[in-house]
Amino acid sequence: MKIGEVARLINGKIVSGNLHSGKEVNHAFASDLMSDVLTLDSADILLITGLANMQTIRTAEMADISGIVFVRNKKPTKEMIDLAEESNIVLIESASSMFNVCGQLHHAGIKPLF
Amino acid sequence: MIFEYQIEGGDFTKAGSASSEVKKILRQLNLEPSLIKRIAVAMYEAEVNVVAHAYRGTMTVDIDTGRIFIAVKDEGPGIEDIEKAMTEGWSTANEKVREMGFGAGMGLPNIKKNADELKITSTPGTGTKVEITCFTRL
Repeated sequence: MKIGEVARLINGKIVSGNLHSGKEVNHAFASDLMSDVLTLDSADILLITGLANMQTIRTAEMADISGIVFVRNKKPTKEMIDLAEESNIVLIESASSMFNVCGQLHHAGIKPLF
Repeated sequence: MIFEYQIEGGDFTKAGSASSEVKKILRQLNLEPSLIKRIAVAMYEAEVNVVAHAYRGTMTVDIDTGRIFIAVKDEGPGIEDIEKAMTEGWSTANEKVREMGFGAGMGLPNIKKNADELKITSTPGTGTKVEITCFTRL
């Protein structure tokens, strides 16, 4: 599924990396703990998180994550958006809960990593 | 090629900037993406450890044919018991570190998982040195 389609599906708003919204993501991982995200071996996945700080973007950059969905209405700062742009990471804001976003994306065919 | 970066303890807004610079260099070398990710994750974990636990540190990256060597050396409290620190779930991180999404006691084990070779030396009260080697051809 294209990341742009993910945003539409969950009624989210793309706030960074619009140019890369055509990138395909087939797998997702949901966590507020970046230490867990850093243990993943897969690349080009979608991260669903309620943690909005600079280290969320840095973690995504290091772990080759294509897009981040910020749930529970968490908003990335301008600094975070700039860093995401620089690293070609798509950022999506969503007012929904993590459970809701995960459910919708799972139902639409996005697979878990394990 | 040798590159050196300064790491400021406690400054979470900048944590990862050294690793980010190195990752950009590694990308230009046309290495395997999975190898670049292993190196990036290992050095980022080490950089975050300096920010989380030490006063200041340096990251030295030595790129040679066949291997990438990264030494992260800090001035800080050091590690009393390295074996214990290598145990998954063991952490001395404070609340601030946990708020950033770390401090779950997974950093050092994750560095070990991603590195081909790992050496940790520490003097309590003085500092810690983490040496990571990843081979580009096995």
